Amino acid sequence: MMTRVLGAVALVAVVAATFVALRVVPPDVNQGEAQRIMYPHVASAWLAYLSFGVTALAGIGWLWKRDLRFDAVALAGAEIGVIFTAFAIWGGMMWGQPVWGVMWQWEDPRLTTTALLLALYVGYLLLRRLTDEPERRATRAAIVGIVAAVDIPIVHFSVEWWRGLHQTATIGSPDRILNPAAPMAFVGTLLGMLGAFTLAWLYLMIRRYQLARAEAAREEAARRGHLLRARIIELTE
Amino acid sequence: MSALRRDAGIALAIARKDALSELRGRHATVSTLFFAAVVLLLFGFALGPDAERLADAAPGLLWLAVMFAGILAVNRLHLLETDDDALEQLALYPVSRRAIYAGKALGGLAVMLVLGIVVLGAVGILFAVDVAGAVVPLLVTIVLGAIGIAAVGTFYAGVTVRLRAREVMLPLLMLPVLAPLLLAAVKATAAAFAGDPFGELGAWLQLLVAFDVVMVVAGAATYGFLLEDG
Repeated sequence: MMTRVLGAVALVAVVAATFVALRVVPPDVNQGEAQRIMYPHVASAWLAYLSFGVTALAGIGWLWKRDLRFDAVALAGAEIGVIFTAFAIWGGMMWGQPVWGVMWQWEDPRLTTTALLLALYVGYLLLRRLTDEPERRATRAAIVGIVAAVDIPIVHFSVEWWRGLHQTATIGSPDRILNPAAPMAFVGTLLGMLGAFTLAWLYLMIRRYQLARAEAAREEAARRGHLLRARIIELTE
Repeated sequence: MSALRRDAGIALAIARKDALSELRGRHATVSTLFFAAVVLLLFGFALGPDAERLADAAPGLLWLAVMFAGILAVNRLHLLETDDDALEQLALYPVSRRAIYAGKALGGLAVMLVLGIVVLGAVGILFAVDVAGAVVPLLVTIVLGAIGIAAVGTFYAGVTVRLRAREVMLPLLMLPVLAPLLLAAVKATAAAFAGDPFGELGAWLQLLVAFDVVMVVAGAATYGFLLEDG
């Protein structure tokens, strides 16, 4: 029931934030209407990083406590992270086309980093699907998730060094937020979008976690069923 | 301190075992070397025959050939351990898991070093770049790159060695993680070939060192879990 309420609130919040971003806030002076893509784009990128962080922490949790609930959280984080990563890349390309004149900008460190991020976690998800036994799958996934998370800052740093022209991080540097050049309306809209997306993320995480637990329970029941059948055959022979 | 020395001894014993079986059977080196040579030839066909363009692309081609061949090498070294459940036997030894990881990675490093040096020579000949003029920085780059590939490769080969789709999953998991190594190694190699006009060689080598340290630590810390139930 609580989850359903959360889902409804998240839906309303995302719709409201989208309306504000599309209709209420004025377009950017330089980038025009395309700048509106920035709101969901930044929010998705933030949630992608959050998801992969959750996956790495849940992996550590599994290795430490040996509780498969951690593994369900790790799976939820990775899957939802991949979706938000893909969404962020898509938004970035849509924005790049009018503003940069190209969809793909090799010199932009964040774009290339994000593409690698997608490859890392699609690999993670494929690895999960190729392992049947739950404990073994959890261990393999946990350590691959941890190493991938360790790799992200190195990837980011190296590509940044390689050459960059991306807009500097908007939230990371407070002077830009307080700067009159970035009006409060823009900042407020972005924060609203972040909040709305985070609510939706939370809802999706809970639902995916519940689904993963249900899948695990079914797997376990099927395994027990097999054992039982084998035992019956053994006894009747 | 003595525990560390014992670990080092065990790691060397495992590496020696791999090296010995490699010297006798040549499972990894010969096939990987020829694979790297074929990759270089195909790069030449794909980008050539303009000599200038090939020389420009040489650092990137060198490292792609080393990385692609390296995937095969670390895979071979781990396949050795699947015969007769040798990996399970290895896991049963009452020694620290870090030592086992270090041993496998050292074996991988030996193969990667041979591979890197031979490919460097081949690139010098095929793409007409001046290797002799910058031997020391090139060798340092090769060593640092080989350490990183061996560290990451050993770890991912451990993850994938018991998978059905091993041949696809190993490169799929390994190559994105190696992206920073590729960037830094290619930049360092290009700087070395050009005589380091902008004084950037040191910075790229430092990045390689940082990558190597992080990946060796991460691999050593997690490889044990793989041996236990991965």
